[in-house]
Amino acid sequence: MSDIYDIVIVGGGPGGMSAGIYGSRSRLKTVILQKGRLGGQAATTEELENYPGFGRGTTGPELMQAMADHAESFGTEIVRDEVVDLSLNGDVKLLTTKSGQVYKAKTVILALGAEPRSLNIRGENKFRGKGVSYCATCDADFFEELDVIVVGNGDAAVEEAMYLTKFAETVTIIVIHDEGILDCNQASAEKAMANPKIKWVWSSVLQEVKGDGLVESVVIKNIKTGELTEMQINGVFFFVGTVPKTELLKGQVDLDEQGYVITNEQMETSVAGVYAVGDCRVKYLRQVVTAASDGAIAAVAADKYLAEEEDFKVRVLNVKEPVWVAFWAPQVEASINAIADLEQWVAKTGTNVKLVKIDTYRNQRLVERYAVDEIPSALLFHKGELISKLSGSFSPEDLDNQMNLAGF
Amino acid sequence: MIEVNKNNFEEEVLKADGLVMVDFWSPSCEPCKELMPSVHQLAEKYKGQAKFCSLDTAGNRRLSISQKVLGLPTIAFYRDGDKIAEITGEVAIEDVEAKLNELK
Repeated sequence: MSDIYDIVIVGGGPGGMSAGIYGSRSRLKTVILQKGRLGGQAATTEELENYPGFGRGTTGPELMQAMADHAESFGTEIVRDEVVDLSLNGDVKLLTTKSGQVYKAKTVILALGAEPRSLNIRGENKFRGKGVSYCATCDADFFEELDVIVVGNGDAAVEEAMYLTKFAETVTIIVIHDEGILDCNQASAEKAMANPKIKWVWSSVLQEVKGDGLVESVVIKNIKTGELTEMQINGVFFFVGTVPKTELLKGQVDLDEQGYVITNEQMETSVAGVYAVGDCRVKYLRQVVTAASDGAIAAVAADKYLAEEEDFKVRVLNVKEPVWVAFWAPQVEASINAIADLEQWVAKTGTNVKLVKIDTYRNQRLVERYAVDEIPSALLFHKGELISKLSGSFSPEDLDNQMNLAGF
Repeated sequence: MIEVNKNNFEEEVLKADGLVMVDFWSPSCEPCKELMPSVHQLAEKYKGQAKFCSLDTAGNRRLSISQKVLGLPTIAFYRDGDKIAEITGEVAIEDVEAKLNELK
């Protein structure tokens, strides 16, 4: 069974790397499956100055390489392959990759990330790589002494626009809001406003990208007046937010309307043993530091899940005698009494029946899996099968009856 | 892989017979550098079935623009000097290999 991974992480951005570090450091057999380049979106960001402990001068690629080395130093395997199919229900989850490998996993951490949103305006797709770009660090130096526009006004848009001024002659930012209003943080807004190479076009959106082989001009629409203006330009950089890369998950785990994975505080998705971290999940702030935080939480939650599943197997599912599983809670007094009665009954009945107590406060997953809707409840298992269920109060006679009915 | 630049591009690519694959990259393009080892492996694997070239766009900006390449990474395929296919933006090596197999 050694070919089953404890944790298979899909995606090698900061969320996946951090999960890898925590997982492998807890001696769990952990692999990261990553299509193409490691590091996620963070690896395309030149200036990354807000990751705690890594100040000015840190670059995205450097930080991501350090995270990859860190994960590998604890034993995380990093495999360059693309997951194309997932089977997430069941104890052993199966992940099929493009190269035809099938990875078996006890738990899966989805760190699929997000990608730049495309506005799908006329010419945008046609001129991709021909003057339309989503990556300033990749393409900035083509535009030395040339003129470019930036579409968007969030953190990424304004910060990348400043990076572009190191190369381009002028950088014109197209902003949908009224003059002076930007979605980005105040520090970046002030720096950009003071930059003489940056020009602003307010209350406007991009209507079309035009050219002949390469970008030559854009059509800008003023949303207040409806006026269209054609502007000669060499490059168009889009920074208008991101969309989650969760196409693969449709129908597998619960997603919100925009396609982000819905998780709880423990990063658990709607499927047991499956977690989601980083930019692909519903969350308030999408940053390297929050992705790394998600990864740590998911790996620890996965570790706990593995321990609980193993424990339940050893003490309940793999036992040859019949086992009563009693669900109780410290705050429900009736359940404490019921457990005491049950313990006495088991002691009297002898060694051919076992008792396992489950604190429902600490193990909500079993409560959900076996649809325990009342506390106390007692469930009878034999050879891994649920045979009967007593909900609410139960007497020694009830237990005897159930045992007789089950033929013990 | 053959290093091409503004001096030998015409000779090595535009005047070459058969299939030529050109990897456009630059030192400041992180996705390009990440992709590069697998491009070199691909060149090794398909040795003899196509010609494999690498073009550093830094210092060859005009040449790149003349080839209508204004975004990195870009992998371009030429046959008998004509550009016949191009992969740009999010370039995955699997897609490059698939395209190569289609064209070779």
